[in-house]
Amino acid sequence: MAAAAPESVVVVRGIVNRFRSQVVHDGLDMDVHQGEIFGVVGGSGSGKSVLLRTILGLQTPRAGSVEIEGQDLARLHGDALRAVKRSYGVTFQHGALFSSLTVAENVQLPLIEAGRLPEEALEGLAELKLRLVGLSPDTAAKYPAELSGGMIKRVALARALALDPKLLFLDEPTSGLDPIAASAFDELLLYLQRSLHLTVVMITHDLDSIFRTCNRVGVIVDQHMISDTLEGIVENPHPWIREYFHGARGRQALLKRPGRP
Amino acid sequence: MYLDSRADAALRSLSAEGRWCADEAPGLSRAVAEAELTGTHAVLDAGRIEALDLTGAWFLRHLEDRLRRAGIPFEWRGARPEALEFAGRLLGDAAAPPAPTQRREEPLGALGRWTVRLGSQVHDGLEFLGRIYLVWAGAFAHPRRLRAKSIVRHVYETGIQAIPIVALIAFLISVIVAYIGAQELRQFGGEVYVVDLVTLSVLRELGVLLTAIIVAGRSGSAFAAEIGVMRLNEEIDALRAIGINVVEVLVLPRVIGLIIALPLLTIIADAMGLAGGAVLAWLVLDIPFNQFLVRMQEAIAPTTFWAGLLKAPVFAFVIAMIGTFRGIQVRDTSRELGRLTTVAVVESIFTVLFVDAVFAIVYWNLDF
Repeated sequence: MAAAAPESVVVVRGIVNRFRSQVVHDGLDMDVHQGEIFGVVGGSGSGKSVLLRTILGLQTPRAGSVEIEGQDLARLHGDALRAVKRSYGVTFQHGALFSSLTVAENVQLPLIEAGRLPEEALEGLAELKLRLVGLSPDTAAKYPAELSGGMIKRVALARALALDPKLLFLDEPTSGLDPIAASAFDELLLYLQRSLHLTVVMITHDLDSIFRTCNRVGVIVDQHMISDTLEGIVENPHPWIREYFHGARGRQALLKRPGRP
Repeated sequence: MYLDSRADAALRSLSAEGRWCADEAPGLSRAVAEAELTGTHAVLDAGRIEALDLTGAWFLRHLEDRLRRAGIPFEWRGARPEALEFAGRLLGDAAAPPAPTQRREEPLGALGRWTVRLGSQVHDGLEFLGRIYLVWAGAFAHPRRLRAKSIVRHVYETGIQAIPIVALIAFLISVIVAYIGAQELRQFGGEVYVVDLVTLSVLRELGVLLTAIIVAGRSGSAFAAEIGVMRLNEEIDALRAIGINVVEVLVLPRVIGLIIALPLLTIIADAMGLAGGAVLAWLVLDIPFNQFLVRMQEAIAPTTFWAGLLKAPVFAFVIAMIGTFRGIQVRDTSRELGRLTTVAVVESIFTVLFVDAVFAIVYWNLDF
């Protein structure tokens, strides 16, 4: 990353989210730059998923604005809103695959919604996307209930990539995976990011995953976000962040941290 | 507009242009499918493509495939686009995978599979019935296992909350029966027999049958859906893992709750039905209320009311059992949940009617 003035793909300004008396976000700012993998970290209940839902427009914040590629979702309607929504892909924590559709149909659904395509093209594109996430085409005819946890995450990623977005939101993509599968997922993500020039926003708890993949990290503490480069955030003096990266688990992950290019 | 195709003697130039991206897929698909491919060799040009992503690359590959199939050798002017190389690496530039062989359904095999499925369904149903009896018998020995709180909740949800709809429908149906009866009986001057007609049909059949059908639609579906969602969320597995008997906590309270609620609802339906008949007799046939009561007393035997009410707990058992049974059968997909909820309602209404027919024959033979 040698860009002089990094271009922001996602700009979040002054988000306030409140549920009854509980304040989740109080003036939260976030910037995601072009071409980076941005990790979102925070304690349980700190509002990581709420933040993601707010960015995606699934939840309206009390105050603040979200811009994706310069467009404010709250001010868009109809076709313009659909166009922005198609420009990014999302995976949910538990995959959220449609259980009554096969894997291929899950991946094809965004394509079918985007316009009429012949069967041959649908099958070919679904196969391409499944291969892209490292699944063999035999998976295509299976139903989500027949898949392992790791495969579900990969199919969810394939579905998120169905319309070739440049921006990807991932909610805990490695949670519930064994270390080998999680590490394979990290490699897959890096590979995709390099070959498709993606910008990725990733909510995660997986310290290994953060150190392997993220360029910058945003930590949600005290209803705000502190974001910095990976190196910077590790040295941040905030007590929660120190505890997070320098607690027993954090130290181990730091130790085996690979030398980044 | 995506593909500029022109022929220059034997040379075909195909120049891709514009945005070759996923959001343009329908147009790209058409452009590739409709491109005219003639000539002895072709030149492909990607120089004028503004944006190319993987989907676009797939369509370029498709174009290459078409050229290959048409037997036209081709080359790229300039470099083959990088995305195309990438897609090629992913798909392993080999030949297309063999088409999946479709298994044909032969009638005899289908019949066999259907029979086996039916057999296992009957088996599962009987097993479920057996479990209910076992738990029930055990629960009487240990009353704590009856889960009174849960039973009360189900009596409230299936009984008390159903009172308005059951009362309304019983009233209306009995008005309809009385009205049609009055029209026919008036021809013979036997208007007063409308009272017999309404009283007997409501007390013996309509009251309990309508209530059971409404409850099957309301609560049978709710049972199946509630338990079905619990299955999809692995809550049932969690209960089993903790060592809690699923039949004891989920099935028996619903069965007992409905067995308590349905007879009570039936009494309300009976009362509302008679009221409907009385109102119509008074308004249309000028039979005053006290005369209606006197005639009613003459029309019914001491057992008439009980003949109807006795059926209620049996119907309740059938509805609750089918609803919970179908709920527990839900597996894996949301579509299963919808299908089995529907099955639960259809089957419980059918079974209620069937059991009612059996009751009619038994009563006939007992002269009840």
